[in-house]
Amino acid sequence: MRQTGHEISAERLGMPDTNGRFGEFGGRFVPEILMPAIAHLEDGVRRILPSDDFTQELQRELREWAGRPTALTLAPGLGRQWGAEVWLKREDLAHTGAHKINNAVGQVLLARRLQAKRIVAETGAGQHGVATAAACARAGLPCTVYMGSVDIRRQAPNVARMKMFGAEVIAVDSGDATLRAAIDEAMRDWVCNPVDTYYLLGSVVGPHPYPYLVRELQSVIGREARRQLLEISGALPDIAVACVGGGSNAIGLFHEFIADESVRLVGVEAGGTGSEPGEHAATLARGKPGVLHGCYSFLLQDGDGQVLETHSVSAGLDYPGVGPEHSMLRNNGRVEYITVSDREALQALGECCRSEGILPALESAHALAGAKRLAAEKPGAKILLCLSGRGDKDLDTLMKIADGDFSQ
Amino acid sequence: MTPARKITAALEGECSERPGLIAYLTGGYPDERRFRKYFLQTAAACELVEVGIPFSDPMADGLTIQNASKVALENGATLRKILRWLAELAPETGKPVVLMSYLNPLLAYGFAKLAEDALEAGVSGFIVPDLPIEEAAPLGDALGQSGLALIQLLTPLTPPRRLSLLCRESRGFVYAVTHAGTTGGKKALPADCIDYLGMVRAQSQLPVYAGFGVKSADDVAMLAGHVDGVVVGSALIDALDRGIDPGEFLAGLRG
Repeated sequence: MRQTGHEISAERLGMPDTNGRFGEFGGRFVPEILMPAIAHLEDGVRRILPSDDFTQELQRELREWAGRPTALTLAPGLGRQWGAEVWLKREDLAHTGAHKINNAVGQVLLARRLQAKRIVAETGAGQHGVATAAACARAGLPCTVYMGSVDIRRQAPNVARMKMFGAEVIAVDSGDATLRAAIDEAMRDWVCNPVDTYYLLGSVVGPHPYPYLVRELQSVIGREARRQLLEISGALPDIAVACVGGGSNAIGLFHEFIADESVRLVGVEAGGTGSEPGEHAATLARGKPGVLHGCYSFLLQDGDGQVLETHSVSAGLDYPGVGPEHSMLRNNGRVEYITVSDREALQALGECCRSEGILPALESAHALAGAKRLAAEKPGAKILLCLSGRGDKDLDTLMKIADGDFSQ
Repeated sequence: MTPARKITAALEGECSERPGLIAYLTGGYPDERRFRKYFLQTAAACELVEVGIPFSDPMADGLTIQNASKVALENGATLRKILRWLAELAPETGKPVVLMSYLNPLLAYGFAKLAEDALEAGVSGFIVPDLPIEEAAPLGDALGQSGLALIQLLTPLTPPRRLSLLCRESRGFVYAVTHAGTTGGKKALPADCIDYLGMVRAQSQLPVYAGFGVKSADDVAMLAGHVDGVVVGSALIDALDRGIDPGEFLAGLRG
């Protein structure tokens, strides 16, 4: 058990080095035209992020606008079925319906202090796009969101919400027309507008300092959850679980527990429909290190270094890369990464709906399926799970699959 | 002469009268047979051929080269194959060849083997658009040991101190990006890029070539005298797609 933060080494706390490396992973692999913008952002992160003025405004916005702290909920129904003690960190209750708002609020406040005139973002499931559009509306900044045309179809309610908040949503047809293509296109926009445009990246991926910046803004999840669990139950969890696409909610939950050696940390990747290329998005399980979207990290790629297409029923996990800090945590063994299938995720989603009265996002359903498996391995375990978002956006997909009946 | 010196020698010269030309082709576009033909036609009409290694996520490229990469990949082009083709083609032309590649295909190939095979294939250097100088040492060292060039890109936003660093670190030539944007595009070259090109020229011991958005004889005329030459990529591929002979197109650019 830890004493004070000061006794923990920088590496244990996951501070990137000056080149933005988490161990061997991370870095800044971007076109030269973006290097001044990256330097400007790095300077802002170093100067502004720790300042009292910024911290106070961020905390006020999170409390009064975004609805933090979010609840910690004991899930007795799931606990009985799975033979475990299950606690849900309710990011689905945050404004706009997912943890993405923590990052969007923070980066919009940062962008305003960096004199940005315009925000661009990418989105997969649409949750980051909605959070960014909402935060931009409140800050009075124009916002453009790139979204793959496949995702526009499967996450239609979120497209409408972004438009309601005044954002311009641009459909991306290139590549596999999902999150990865949306990031390609958002980065091209930034390359064309590197001076006044702020790129509001939605996960712990991309060039340094994004993986660090997004982690700092998301670690409010774990900070609250740790404090709440200690207050309510008097003890730390045995296991903390979260889903991993790019990995922002997982880093946000895990970061506060890294130094708690008794707490087993487990990330759950999207196993899709099978183990062949194109059937899954299990980057840490089946990828190898490479460079995509500005960072060196695990990547689903073929032998020639071409990025592979992915599949997941969950748009937010349907991504061939992963945050560099996760790659480090995988290799140093502090976090275990497991894979659950579309089918397991859908089953767990159904169980959560019926026994807890909570409709989780398809992304979060992967964490639930992972927790269910861990409970079977370790009966009676106390499991803390990040319920990263609500599933309203997925109703279309869910009704098409089984008319809402996932008992099988 | 090292391969890097060979690039410099080919690109140096009578710049004010007749700007030098680097012509870009996506390797394996649209297929192997036509790439081979275009390569020979193109090499005959320029000082140096830049061959793009197609990549699945070309984030610095505009629509023309994005599409060319996609088609080349669909038709089976790989770095390995392109090196094999160039080993046959490059000696026929006598012109130096550099490869333009995003980092990941090079990482997957392995830097040491890449340097060895590139040398064997008659390739003289590399342009890597997602590799800023801070990350460049592992590749730069591997290439440098074989005398191969790692060519640095500069932009109008590059601050003065960084500009001189990049000029110093570049090998073969210095690639001056004309404006903030992806490759290609319909926009006119910004008039103020002339001042910036003058600064680059003052800093660089190596030939300075301007690229991104160079598409017409007017563009070339505007840049002539301010740089040693120009790089033409998307406009050449657009011309090929319209059935125009690459030799004629490139000759037309020089007016």
